[in-house]
Formats: sequence, C-alpha cells, structure tokens
Amino acid sequence: MTIRKYLVLLAVAVFASCGDVCLARGMRDFGAVTSANWRWLLSALLNPWIVGGIVLLILFFSTYLTALSWADLTYVAPATALSYVIMAALGKAFLHENVTPSHWLGIALITVGVGVVASGPSRTTREHPARHGHRPPQEFDLRRGSGSES
Amino acid sequence: MSHGYVWAGIGAIVVSATAGDVLQSHAMKRLGDLGALRRERGLAYVVRRVASSPSFLLGLLFMAMAFFSLLVTLSWGEVSVVGPAAASLTFIGNAAAARIFLKEQVDGRRWLAACFVAGGVAFLAR
Repeated sequence: MTIRKYLVLLAVAVFASCGDVCLARGMRDFGAVTSANWRWLLSALLNPWIVGGIVLLILFFSTYLTALSWADLTYVAPATALSYVIMAALGKAFLHENVTPSHWLGIALITVGVGVVASGPSRTTREHPARHGHRPPQEFDLRRGSGSES
Repeated sequence: MSHGYVWAGIGAIVVSATAGDVLQSHAMKRLGDLGALRRERGLAYVVRRVASSPSFLLGLLFMAMAFFSLLVTLSWGEVSVVGPAAASLTFIGNAAAARIFLKEQVDGRRWLAACFVAGGVAFLAR
C-alpha cells in the first residue's frame, strides 16, 4: 500500500462523515419531516448545508469506488469505518451532541478493528484480465496471489 | 408494528446493502485501478466506463433499495435499534458475501476486524 492509497481511504472516511454532519446540520433548519410537510424536503435542496453535504457525499462515493478498484471489499469497509469516529467527534464539536461512555467504547472497538484490517494485505484476489490494455497495480504480486505491502 | 416486521425490514436493508456493496466491488475490480486509468485515459473515459458497467448499475439499484428499505423500516421501529443493527449486520454480511461471491480470502484478521467494527458501530449508535 502506498501513502496515496492510505490517503484515499482517509478521504473516504472524512468525506462520508463531513457529508453526513452537513446534512444533519442542514436538516436542523427544517425540523422533523412528516407526511404533512414533506414538501419542505424540496426547499431543503436550496439550503447551503444540504448542498454542501450532497457535494461531500458525491466525493465520498467517488473515493469509495476508487478504493474498491484496488482493494478488497472486506478491506475497504472496515478500514473506512473511521468515518463513524469522525462523525461522533464532529457531532460533539459542531452540533453539541452528547458523547456517552457507550460511544467511547464503540469508538475504541472501531479503532481496533481498523488497525487490525489495515495491518494486513489490501487485496487477496487476482486482478481481472484487463479488457482495455490497463496494467494491474504495481503492488499486486501475482506470484503470491495476494497484495504485497510496501 | 411488531418485532417481526422490524427485523424483516432490517434483513431487507442488510441483504440489499450487501448486494450493492458486492456488485460495486465486482464492477471496480473488473475495471482495475481507477486512479491509474484516469491518468492514462482521462476522467471522462473513467466516468464512461464506470457508468456503462452492468454490475455498477445493478449495485446502484440495490443501494437505492437499501435506502428505501431503511426509510420504511425506520417508520416501523426505533432508530436506535434499526440504525446500529442494520449497519453492524451489513459489515458481517459483506465479509460473508465477499468470501462467497468475490472469492476474497477472508481470514481470521478480516473476520476479527469486521466483528470489532460491527460491535463498535452498535455501541456508537446506542
């Protein structure tokens, strides 16, 4: 794994958490949505926080797909779970949400899980034969049949 | 609404979210490193390739199903149950489905990581 790829994984977590926090902040301007006032959701699309949240979630999806193009799903999913931790920190800092001992225990478990998976290989499957002349990633070791760490 | 409906809804979320993730992963694995592809052929080519992938489009459909299943299930049960249960079980579902359908080598390390993260999400969302 190169530094660039670790940065992509970090970007996945940051974009996901910041996007969700922006959406949550934006929806606070509107209150609870019910069947009586569902049309508010349309006007929510003009709210700067909601627009920012949507842009960040598009960036999240782009980086998530990029990560899946060179790493296993069972590597990317736990490795980007740091987004839950960032979301809790941002919720406490900017939305003044309460972080309970149960939350801290959850944060600790997620951090351990991320550490466990990130210390292993990012890919365990062979690259699909390229149909467009594209070379396989350099760190993929075909002799071992698994991703090699650099 | 009874517990049966709520857990059926959670099951629908987990199955559709897992199917979406597996199909997206399958599509991206077939395309190869998107970063390298973008440097070689340009962003427009990458977008065109991704958007024309059947697995990607089917994955999007399942992700939309997961989203609407979540909305419906949230109207039946409490968010403090539905949210963490669905998110945690999706991590476990992903590990099992990736092993079966994507032939990923899900060793003890990855199962342990998935369980730690699933447990952490459950605590965090309480």
